[in-house]
Amino acid sequence: MTKARPHPFMPNSVPATQQEMMGALGIDSIEPLFSQIPADHRLKRPLDLPEALSSESELRRHMSGLLSKNRSCTDALSFLGGGCWQHHVPAVCDEIVRRSEFLTPVWGTPSSDLGRNQAWFEFTSQLGELIDLDLVALPVYSWGCAAGHAIRMAARISGRNTVLLPRFLDPERAAVINTYCEPEQMSSHIAIREFGIDLETGLVDLDELSSLLDENVAAVYFENPSFLGQIESQAEEIAAASRKAGAETIVGVDPVSLGILRPPGQYGADIVVGSIQPLGIHMNGGGGLGGFIASRDEARYAHEYPALMMSIAETVNGEMSFAMALMHQSSYGSREEGKDWTGNSVYLWAIAAATYMALLGPAGFRELGELIIQRANYCASVLTEISGVQVRPARGFFKEFVVNFDETGKRVSDINKALLQSDIYGGLDLSRRFPELGQSALYCVTEMHSIQDLDRLTDVLREVCR
Amino acid sequence: MSNKLRRYHAAVWDEPIIMEMGVAGRRGCHFPVEEYASLDELVPGSMRRNSPLALPEMSEPDVLRHYLHLSQETLGMMGISLFGTCTMKYNPRMTEELAAQSWIADTHPQQDTSTLQGSLEVIYRLKEQLCELSGMDEYSFQPAGGADAAYTHACITRAYHSARGELKQRDQIITSIQAHPCNPATAAAAGFEVVTLMLEENGYPSVDALKAAVSERTAALMINNPDDMGIYNPHIKEWVNIVHEAGGLCFYDHANFNGVMSKIRARELGFDACMFMLHKTFGVGKGGGGPAVGAYGCTNELAQFLPGPVVRKVGDRFELDDDLPLGIGRVREYMGNVQQLVKAYAWTRAMGADGIAAASDISVLANNYMEKELLKIRGVTRSHPDIDAWRMEMTRFSLGQMFEDTGVTVLDVQNRMVDFGIDAFWLSHEPWVVTQPFTPEAGEMWSKEDLDYWVAVLRQISDEAYSNPGYVKAAPHNHPVQKLAPDSLDEPDRWAMTWRAHLRKSALRRKAG
Repeated sequence: MTKARPHPFMPNSVPATQQEMMGALGIDSIEPLFSQIPADHRLKRPLDLPEALSSESELRRHMSGLLSKNRSCTDALSFLGGGCWQHHVPAVCDEIVRRSEFLTPVWGTPSSDLGRNQAWFEFTSQLGELIDLDLVALPVYSWGCAAGHAIRMAARISGRNTVLLPRFLDPERAAVINTYCEPEQMSSHIAIREFGIDLETGLVDLDELSSLLDENVAAVYFENPSFLGQIESQAEEIAAASRKAGAETIVGVDPVSLGILRPPGQYGADIVVGSIQPLGIHMNGGGGLGGFIASRDEARYAHEYPALMMSIAETVNGEMSFAMALMHQSSYGSREEGKDWTGNSVYLWAIAAATYMALLGPAGFRELGELIIQRANYCASVLTEISGVQVRPARGFFKEFVVNFDETGKRVSDINKALLQSDIYGGLDLSRRFPELGQSALYCVTEMHSIQDLDRLTDVLREVCR
Repeated sequence: MSNKLRRYHAAVWDEPIIMEMGVAGRRGCHFPVEEYASLDELVPGSMRRNSPLALPEMSEPDVLRHYLHLSQETLGMMGISLFGTCTMKYNPRMTEELAAQSWIADTHPQQDTSTLQGSLEVIYRLKEQLCELSGMDEYSFQPAGGADAAYTHACITRAYHSARGELKQRDQIITSIQAHPCNPATAAAAGFEVVTLMLEENGYPSVDALKAAVSERTAALMINNPDDMGIYNPHIKEWVNIVHEAGGLCFYDHANFNGVMSKIRARELGFDACMFMLHKTFGVGKGGGGPAVGAYGCTNELAQFLPGPVVRKVGDRFELDDDLPLGIGRVREYMGNVQQLVKAYAWTRAMGADGIAAASDISVLANNYMEKELLKIRGVTRSHPDIDAWRMEMTRFSLGQMFEDTGVTVLDVQNRMVDFGIDAFWLSHEPWVVTQPFTPEAGEMWSKEDLDYWVAVLRQISDEAYSNPGYVKAAPHNHPVQKLAPDSLDEPDRWAMTWRAHLRKSALRRKAG
């Protein structure tokens, strides 16, 4: 047993300091301070926790021992995407989000935390340019949550209670959206109807979509590129059909595609959602997620946002500052009468994303988009040279694409196990959730994959599929 | 108690909006340029970007310096931050550094679990510690904040009553006016009607009021205790019994856990579920509001309704179990903010049982010490002055007297305190129970000298308010910009959430003269 020492995290754990404070209160032990809690509420024993590791050196060793059991996507070669993607994170982004000023604060005042507010405003302003829309809110937890909120916004705007979703949607996002739409026993339930795609082209089946568009439909949600990776060339037609039926068009986008792809604000999107994780944020095992909600800058949309909205504002001296707009409609302002809810979100990541967008600029986004689409297509073309391996569709995707293994006679799960032996994380297995796609996997290729990496995948897959 | 006030002035950089920075052609980063196929073949014509992207064109060091300047214009925890209800505490930098390394930062949540054994073991061990702290049986770390954990509870309430065939009937969730707004808000967002109990003279709603509120329509109670006025409801066990007898579930919002860590456990009080905010109580950084974790704990009876995936120990391996047929599915993608779970686990290990108990002791001692000193200041009172008990880790104060005497508001005082390097205090959630409220939370991180300094600053500002109120009302004086003009940003032609909206609307305003 070592003698109890003041804890490094707690300056007032020095006994003399506590005595001094207790002296000021006229007590000689701490126990009376807890007299509000009835005795029969109190835990009668000390907590049974592992022995403290209060020395940093010891704790670091313990933590490193645990974490070294992970094998990250930089240790191996990964083709996983779906809802979390391995992109390059510039060192400047890491430096900025680890600054103590940004890492630790809470609310502040508009003057004292001006810098953080400005960084947030620069996040929304730059993202607004990428998607070509004027109203962008501070981020919510994730893309799935952003889509869920957007669908609920559309239901409130229209007074309708059905949403049309793509049948092929990331199961993680789809499950979140399903939760947000509520079970059918609830009076505010939003019914989900699914529309399919033409499996040859990967594009939305417009006939099926049209047949579902009736007077109950609050919104049509589609993604561009789609979950399966395809660039939806009929985006304008989908938005037009949706508008004609009196429904809102909600588009989910990958912001890193927008250096080369047409922004959703230009093809009729009313509300746009997506992930900010690709914008300079590490995957963090899913802890890098963040979602955004944006729309046309009209009161009918603005008045339904659950997220915080940082507006440019003026000080009493006419200087530029920033403040929350429409705070009264948030749950902070209106409790259960507010729009859904808000709270802590992923605001630190907004600063990472602002830094990222500023580093890339227009030329960086174009170069990145071109590089990704080139390498993804290169990968698809070399994979199709393997006997029995097909990419479906063979073209028209951005960074993810469907690799089908039916003709190899092997299951994706077995193929991925074999790839793992060579330190390769194969694409996301689609076969369980989407049996109609056969033994297919969703491969993700980004700027992180060199041509040598893609050739190595091809060589190993050729052996595995033999 | 003497305390010399420090000279402080915030950094002023007059940093332009980044949208106005840069020079055409400058680059902040390069990517390799390769071409294996013509872009026209790869992107359908209708989907090619054909408009310029109006982002800044800046070189890498200029971007770095811009955001460094903005960081310096952020006071936050650089001074003293006693932002009540948020439990500002030390965020150990060693675990920040560990979690930023590739073994966490560059992991994908859907890797084969054999390659994520480190993450899964940390999550499992963290769960075991939280189970000991709360008495609960199982945890989900998927909720991305305290409010999201409240939402998770509302969704689990749906699943629980649905499984019993009673969801249609049980359409009400009961809470109190002092519960954090996220409780009623998430209950409503999950489709429930909210029943809000009002406070009575003891500082909490009465048992009778609760009895009158429960019925066959009751789905759940969502409540915190102590509340953020530092008042502990001693009837909470009886409350839980009343709600259980009516057939409802009981959720303990442990937002104010810091003062009761090691003293009480949600399970022994009878609760079915509880929530810990790892970004407050467990040493994880705030980040200005996330990434956060609302760790949702529950009994075995409710565990079947948890969102997946849940980490399980199978032999000496750790697996992700997503086979939860009665589960609510997802409230967010994947298994949570894993890097924050690493930091929270490391914090519990650094503290240990004695450290955690000491932290709660210190935070309650520090609050009462501060309270005693603050109440000596002219114009400062506290809520429920007739309740003679020591408060828990927070006290709700009021500057109502100062406002009546001098016209100085609590927001003026907040703006003046930052002039001394003291981060904004928390006021109160809506609705305000006392006028001109403020709620500091001393916690265990801040030294006695810090607390004395905080008090000394408020004393100085009180003196100023009574001698020269105009000076306080004109604060801040030592920050890059003045306080906000009283304009409303709630009009469509006034708000501007992006630079492009600002340019458009200010041009329209100029045109209109």
